[in-house]
Amino acid sequence: MNLPYRITLEKRLDTPRIVLWLVPVVSILIALAFGAIVLAFAGANPLEAYGQILTGAFGSLTAWLDGQFYAVSETVVRTVPLILTGLAVAVAFRMRFWNIGAEGQLVFGGVFAAWVALFLPGVIPGIPQTPWVYLPLMALAAVAGGAIWALIPAFLKAYLEVDEIITTIMLNFVAILTYQYLFTGPWKDPEGQGFPGSALFPEFTWLPRLTGRVTLGLVLALAAAVVVWLVFDHTKLGYEIALMGENPEAARYAGVNRASIIIVVMVLSGGLAGLAGFTETAGISHRLQQGLAIGNGFTGIIVAWVAKLRPGWIVVVAFLLSALFVGGDQLQISMGLPASIGAFFQGMILLFILGGDVFTRYRVKITRRPAAVAVEV
Amino acid sequence: MDLLTSILAIAVFAGASLVYASVGEILTERSGILNLGVEGMMIMGAVTAFAAAVASGNAVVGVVVGGLVGGTLALVHAFLTITLRADQVVSGLALTLAGGGLASFLGQRLGPGGAPLVGMVGPRFRSITIPGLSDIPVIGPAFFDQDALVYLLFLVVPLAWFLLARTRPGLYLRAVGENPQTADAMGIDVFKVRYLYTFVGGVMAGVAGAHLSLAYTPGWTENLTGGRGWIAVALVIFATWDPRKAVAGALLFGGVNAIQFRLQAEGTTIPASLLNMMPYILTIVVLVVITRFESIRKKVGAPAALGLPYNREERT
Repeated sequence: MNLPYRITLEKRLDTPRIVLWLVPVVSILIALAFGAIVLAFAGANPLEAYGQILTGAFGSLTAWLDGQFYAVSETVVRTVPLILTGLAVAVAFRMRFWNIGAEGQLVFGGVFAAWVALFLPGVIPGIPQTPWVYLPLMALAAVAGGAIWALIPAFLKAYLEVDEIITTIMLNFVAILTYQYLFTGPWKDPEGQGFPGSALFPEFTWLPRLTGRVTLGLVLALAAAVVVWLVFDHTKLGYEIALMGENPEAARYAGVNRASIIIVVMVLSGGLAGLAGFTETAGISHRLQQGLAIGNGFTGIIVAWVAKLRPGWIVVVAFLLSALFVGGDQLQISMGLPASIGAFFQGMILLFILGGDVFTRYRVKITRRPAAVAVEV
Repeated sequence: MDLLTSILAIAVFAGASLVYASVGEILTERSGILNLGVEGMMIMGAVTAFAAAVASGNAVVGVVVGGLVGGTLALVHAFLTITLRADQVVSGLALTLAGGGLASFLGQRLGPGGAPLVGMVGPRFRSITIPGLSDIPVIGPAFFDQDALVYLLFLVVPLAWFLLARTRPGLYLRAVGENPQTADAMGIDVFKVRYLYTFVGGVMAGVAGAHLSLAYTPGWTENLTGGRGWIAVALVIFATWDPRKAVAGALLFGGVNAIQFRLQAEGTTIPASLLNMMPYILTIVVLVVITRFESIRKKVGAPAALGLPYNREERT
């Protein structure tokens, strides 16, 4: 390693605004350029593929002029759970509590909401069977379901110091297998003729639609983003979460109770993920069936990190990544490329964002090595 | 073969990929680098190993390719976390997410002439009976009637342990993971050591995947690894960063798999989805017990600098 110059990283004391903006944008552009190479290797024209993703996700100009916004509305539909799981992950990650379990918490939220829709009318027939009563009940049940599932790793971490990364991951598998057991076993629709899924929810438990397949869930997700923003920036709890994440030692001296804040954060985090289970079952599938655990919990990690754990940005990033999914599906239909390319792109974008981040934290300095030449004479 | 022997035989067979992946991760973590991309490297190793084996007609070529792919992915993690000082947890997760997506993409493309690999039959490792040794009661058929990749472990595990515990390079490796500042002052190239063992860990995760697609399953299906990479990461903690104990842990998990098969073969009424939960629940239980036990002994073996980037210019 005797290069005539050397590259050093110098810590930035404060980062110029332009750098904060430019770095993520350039990182994503480089990720897309890299993706183009992969697409070319897969035998597809990258420009055409990216064009297809764009029209698949946002629709074409001619469709817009005809007043057809189907594509955009599908992208919004897919955005809703991503906002909620992104927020769920951000709440935990801000404290550097690595909750990788949003997927399982989402599933448990869906299972709890499904129980209310399917069985509560039979158990307590006295409850008025209107959306005004049932939708809030289902939402609460979903929050409880997600929170209960999140409390297991929270207690294990708070009181027994058990590594939360492993426990949250393992609980994802357990949650998904539990929910598969339910809709193929005890909750299976008796009139379903072998179709693996629960019975259809009664209509008064369906989330009302705003337009297309977009439901009231969108409003719920946006409201959740505002709430999380308020908690982060305007409450003592938000300050304590950030302090615990930045410097647990300082938090201890400031009198933050470590165990109780872990539990509060995970109730919040799991509850938000559980809410995504509610919007997906009550809003989209209207029954418990395959397709609830499609990786929204994991994509939430990418959403949260790319958005730097800021609630406002989470909404934006969730929408963009959703476009990548919906556009990726289009790619499968029109160009015969596997839809999993969408998941690969997202992972890659995260890798490039991570790599690019060095430029916001450090100033890269290239200096000539002076000594080597001078010594000779 | 009686019941115990057959369960032990399946335990060894099912545990082999876990041993590769967790011993590799132990070496990586001992250098201070936490790589949570094991699941991603493993599944990429599995799909590329199978594709290479099908294309070349040779399973050994498959293992080499799978290992190199795993190692290459690990180098991505190394570059991000060692050179660019990115967060190790998030970088590893990104590797797992990207690896999973890329693997299922490649699985639909890497067959002969761009065909999907799913459902294809290719070359595989078959069990080789070692004469003499395999006649030992109980242990013989379980340990000496296995495939070549299992036998390779009889060499890899003692070597990994010997390297860590008894050699100078092993001492350097541990020094880098415990206290990079001191190691640097001793003249050890911290960056080089960390790059090297992150690469080695990736190669072993790739080989672990190759064992799944070329011997255990064999073949390629979506989601082939099914969380084994994560179980391997948990085994590292279980083993308290000691390769010998990782073998015990892997046998335990392999044993659960074996009991699962056994129950299913005997037509149990327990639903399959509940049986399939056993390894994941066991992972949590074992982790709780080991964390409790180790904290009582005040001796959790985690390398002191695990997860922390090293920066020569910064003093901590």
